[in-house]
Amino acid sequence: MTVETFDAIVVGAGMSGNACALTLAKRGLKVLQLERGETAGSKNVQGAILYADMLEQLVPNFREDAPLERHVLEQRLWIMDGTSHVGMHYRSDDFNEEKPNRYTIIRTQFDRWFSRQVQEAGATLLCETTATELIRDPSGRVIGVRTDRGGGVVHADVVVLAEGVNGLLGSRTGLRPIPRPDHVALAVKEMHFLPAETIDARFNLREDEGVVIEAIGTISRGMTGMAFLYTNKESLSVGLGCLVSDYRDGAETPYGLLDAFKKHPSVAPLLAGAEVKEYAAHLIPEGGYRAIPQLCGDGWVVVGDAAQFNNAIHREGSNLAMTTGRLAAEAIFQLKSRRLPPTAANLALYRKMVEESFVMKDMKKYKDMPALLHTHSKNFFLTYPELMSKAAQNFLRVDGVPKREKERATWRSVVRRRSLPGLIGDAVRVARAWR
Amino acid sequence: MTARVEEKLYQNRYVVDVGRPHIRIAPHVEPSPNLLAMTRLCPAGCYSLSDGGQVEVVPDGCFECGTCRVLCEPSGEIEWNYPRGGFGVLFKFG
Repeated sequence: MTVETFDAIVVGAGMSGNACALTLAKRGLKVLQLERGETAGSKNVQGAILYADMLEQLVPNFREDAPLERHVLEQRLWIMDGTSHVGMHYRSDDFNEEKPNRYTIIRTQFDRWFSRQVQEAGATLLCETTATELIRDPSGRVIGVRTDRGGGVVHADVVVLAEGVNGLLGSRTGLRPIPRPDHVALAVKEMHFLPAETIDARFNLREDEGVVIEAIGTISRGMTGMAFLYTNKESLSVGLGCLVSDYRDGAETPYGLLDAFKKHPSVAPLLAGAEVKEYAAHLIPEGGYRAIPQLCGDGWVVVGDAAQFNNAIHREGSNLAMTTGRLAAEAIFQLKSRRLPPTAANLALYRKMVEESFVMKDMKKYKDMPALLHTHSKNFFLTYPELMSKAAQNFLRVDGVPKREKERATWRSVVRRRSLPGLIGDAVRVARAWR
Repeated sequence: MTARVEEKLYQNRYVVDVGRPHIRIAPHVEPSPNLLAMTRLCPAGCYSLSDGGQVEVVPDGCFECGTCRVLCEPSGEIEWNYPRGGFGVLFKFG
């Protein structure tokens, strides 16, 4: 039996896999892409925000036909307690530019389009095919992939692991560990459908303009977590995610928390009358810089979520996936054109390229944030949001109490809850982790 | 509790690989804390407690998110695979 050989096998047709396969195929390499879903995107879940810049580098004219929902005009950050939210909104007409910077998307639709670009560039996509095992030669070099199709062995010079946060291949082969419970968040999400005009009216939007709401606070019951609400054309993506380790040690259910978020008096009116058409869940890499595994070895590289490339502070993930996928492809192409074998030493070029890009610089900047938020989650996600709400209400309620007395009362309640050393300690810790 | 999750799952599309569950729980007398946590933590409500006090799994409604794998695979309490190609959850929106 002859085994077909490719220049590269890309496992997965998500953001990183498509970016990688597209870049490789455009440069004339023989690429096989494996996807276990019925179509590209049918297994993928995201909020989802698309950052234009990273896609533009791959498909410059993507705005002509990519399925985009709304461009983001306004970003809201809500700090919530049980009945209120303190919010910061940034809305700018500058975001109504000719080539908008950010869009909301629906991943299943977007991925199908992205995958079409990959196939038109010449890559071979095999759907409904689960890669079950990496094949290695006696020296340990990865030389191919076994699949669940009959006789399904394929060989390649390089295997690109774009298999997502829950990828089995890399961890089964010992190339990277299974994610730790405190390095991944479990997010659940629902799709709520409403007429476009209703969304426009409720969010103060005109056609194609979109709003993004990110919310933290008592909605995660003291766990490290965040909720979100994104406007699509005719639907709202509503979700909530918390660290798996926090869920494990607590008493909440993910769907219970999502339902409570939906019923919150700040959120419920935005969803009223909507028809829910899907409920989904997904893990999000949250370990940050310190959780990034080895990025390459003999005959293999790992990209995107599988390598924990996610900036939890800025909620950027798919753009890191697209960028690392593209960089891996460029490194592989460089080796190929210089006739260098894809050994660990040569593929280290990929790691170098990632380190020189914004990806690793941003990951490094926030390297201490995950641990900080995790170990002090009750303060950041319970105590401070409650105190902020109380302070705002005390400040705003007009009741004949002199303002100076109000300020003193607010300050006293803050110090009582958190103590002066506690407050200073938290401020120093955040400043250190942020810089 | 799980009844409400089941209602949510009715909106989703699945191709169930009948007779080939992709998650299996190792036989146990008493479930570990992590395994027990899955009866509350699984977003699709696939895990439940039997009358005998063991944790059971019916992965038909599974999202393939991997939460149970992260918590229970390293200790060998569960065996976790992806469904065969084309089977399992098929997101309409994702």
